[in-house]
Amino acid sequence: MAIYLDHAATTPLRAEVLEAMLPYLTEHHGNPSSIHASGRRARQGLDEARETIAARIGAKPREIVFTSGGTEADNLAVKGVAWAASGRGRHIVTSSVEHKAVMNACAILERQGFEVTYLPVDRQGRVDPTDVADAIRTTTVLVSVMAANNEVGTIQPVAEIGAICRERKVAFHTDAVQAAAFGAPAPDAWQATLVSLSAHKLGGPKGIGALYIRQGTALLAQQHGGAQERQRRAGTEDVAAAVGFARSMELAGAEPGRTATLRDRLIAGLTGLTGVTLTGHPSDRLPNSASVVVEGIEGGDLVAAMDLEGIEGSTGSACTTGSVEPSHVLLAMGIDEELAHGSLRLTLGGESTDVDIDRTIAVASSAIERLRAARVMVETA
Amino acid sequence: MSRIVAAMSGGVDSSVAAALLARETDAHEEVIGVWMRTHGDMPEGLELSRSCCSPEAADDARRVAQLLELPFFILNVEREFGARVIDAFVDGYLEGATPNPCQACNQYIKFDELLRRGLAAYGADAVATGHYARLEHRDGRWRLMRAADAAKDQTYFLWVLDQAQLARTRFPLGELTKPEVRAIAARLNLPTAQKPESQEICFVPLGDYRALLDERRGYAGEPGPIVDGEGIRVGTHTGYAHYTVGQRHGLGVALGEAVYVREVVPRTNTVVIGRRDEVAERSFRVDGARFTAGQPEAERFTASVRIRHRAPDVPAEVTMVGADRFVVETAEPVWAPAPGQAAVLYAGDECIGGGRIAPAAS
Repeated sequence: MAIYLDHAATTPLRAEVLEAMLPYLTEHHGNPSSIHASGRRARQGLDEARETIAARIGAKPREIVFTSGGTEADNLAVKGVAWAASGRGRHIVTSSVEHKAVMNACAILERQGFEVTYLPVDRQGRVDPTDVADAIRTTTVLVSVMAANNEVGTIQPVAEIGAICRERKVAFHTDAVQAAAFGAPAPDAWQATLVSLSAHKLGGPKGIGALYIRQGTALLAQQHGGAQERQRRAGTEDVAAAVGFARSMELAGAEPGRTATLRDRLIAGLTGLTGVTLTGHPSDRLPNSASVVVEGIEGGDLVAAMDLEGIEGSTGSACTTGSVEPSHVLLAMGIDEELAHGSLRLTLGGESTDVDIDRTIAVASSAIERLRAARVMVETA
Repeated sequence: MSRIVAAMSGGVDSSVAAALLARETDAHEEVIGVWMRTHGDMPEGLELSRSCCSPEAADDARRVAQLLELPFFILNVEREFGARVIDAFVDGYLEGATPNPCQACNQYIKFDELLRRGLAAYGADAVATGHYARLEHRDGRWRLMRAADAAKDQTYFLWVLDQAQLARTRFPLGELTKPEVRAIAARLNLPTAQKPESQEICFVPLGDYRALLDERRGYAGEPGPIVDGEGIRVGTHTGYAHYTVGQRHGLGVALGEAVYVREVVPRTNTVVIGRRDEVAERSFRVDGARFTAGQPEAERFTASVRIRHRAPDVPAEVTMVGADRFVVETAEPVWAPAPGQAAVLYAGDECIGGGRIAPAAS
């Protein structure tokens, strides 16, 4: 049985979640918009799921819009607010370490005439709130800074950023897809206008997420059709997935202290190896995230080597066909491009144990040694 | 547990090679499918559907690995390939030569980078490819043998391999013909069964390498003289590096009979042309010699020589000049030996080695 240390990519579906979903995949087959009994039964499941999620984050049910996942939630937030407010101004502030969903939504908006400021981060990957304050102009319509980084686990000072946005009357979006696994997102405490969520990072099913949209926020739908989700996201809702999402939100956040202890042991073990350096903030980081850069190797090779020894990790960057591009997050943090190629991200889950950590460190250590010995750098012509 | 890397390009040959390997292996062997990313994505619209190494080919390789139930990884060799194959290719043209990128890829990437990193990353002690060639172990040495299918034989690109590399290499297709390989692919329902042959150089869109010279080395080409054998100017070329020895088309010279590039002279930016019989040679020098099963004992020996893929072999006398150079004297004239191309030596069906044709002594 493999040791799964890629919970930031996705998590196994929890048994309780599956159990909650099953009736909606079988007997409760109705369309929640239908008038008849089957439809009403499905609608009840959807309504309850929305209430559960809303209650979990201190929001009103009508402020929750179900989406196909975190990426769609980010797109809806960024493009939806930008276009709705485009009459007032066309400037967006974001960070240089956002998830690709926010980055590329911003890139498209730039091509469509918006201006985007990408705030720098420090060596630990943190945005300085005063930079946010300085970047906001009269034409700024949105600030988007993630709650916690998916690659290096760094937690951003979202409450401080939210306060600045509130004061300057600019909508504030935060991607809490990773953060939500460890303590419920708090739109009010963060003074956030929009919050992106995803189920499959919390033991829920893939293919569903949500966008919290503070009441009164102008937002232009990005998908048009029926009147579902209060006309903010057309299309028949995936009721079973929504029910599973709600159940996973109820169960999320257990034992962050235990996970953090394991994480610290893993980080200590990895950074104890020669030429291995922690990336991200040493303490203000997700309780399950251990991310490092390893000198003299290609991260993808290390992940493959560890996989063949039964340990499943990640390079931390989206790497669809082995793209050579090093992570934009690591580069933004000032990590040397050559070193950024050697990234390794291990993210723990509730089932991770001490034994797993010991084995992981041993396997990583020998794999790194092997890979370094094999690597003959090509002379740069 | 010993492991073997099946190098999967996404084409039918390497797919079947992986399938045969997976079928042959026992409980103590594991086959790992690996697709190498050799270069970045081509610009939209220039994507090479017929190339072996496009990202689309990675999809095919992955599907085949799934069907064969092989672990599948992508190995990023973009930097190594860029330096050892693409830059070497470009520099070859700038030196007035005709580079041989497939051979460089075998020498430095498939049978070096992949072997080394494959061992370290996947714990694999051998690599299998879809080349048409055979291996025999005779008199204590590995022998690189021509494929059973003479029409598909690829030893012309494999002569660079030495004993250490051959010892860790498998060619599962060596005994098969191309139609047999396609039949196996069809029988196994491999999605690559009907894929057309890749013929272009994988990193040169539409076969036009000129843009690459500009892009990688800033060589836009400067017009210069095309001269005949007497040195008389008969035309103008667009830049010497745009021409290769033996080239007939694109010269823009009308002399009433077919003419070919006979020599490319970078120093003077000159392209020399000649009639068909003028570009044939009976003797040429070869450097960068390597021998698959060890240096020949005799200083002078007979062998068959092949100077381009699919050209017929010609009987020749080979005289060693030092350890890594030799002179070839052929029994009959060979057509247009191009500097940079390989001269590959055979003793019967054994590929004993070769070298790169050197520029004509001036």
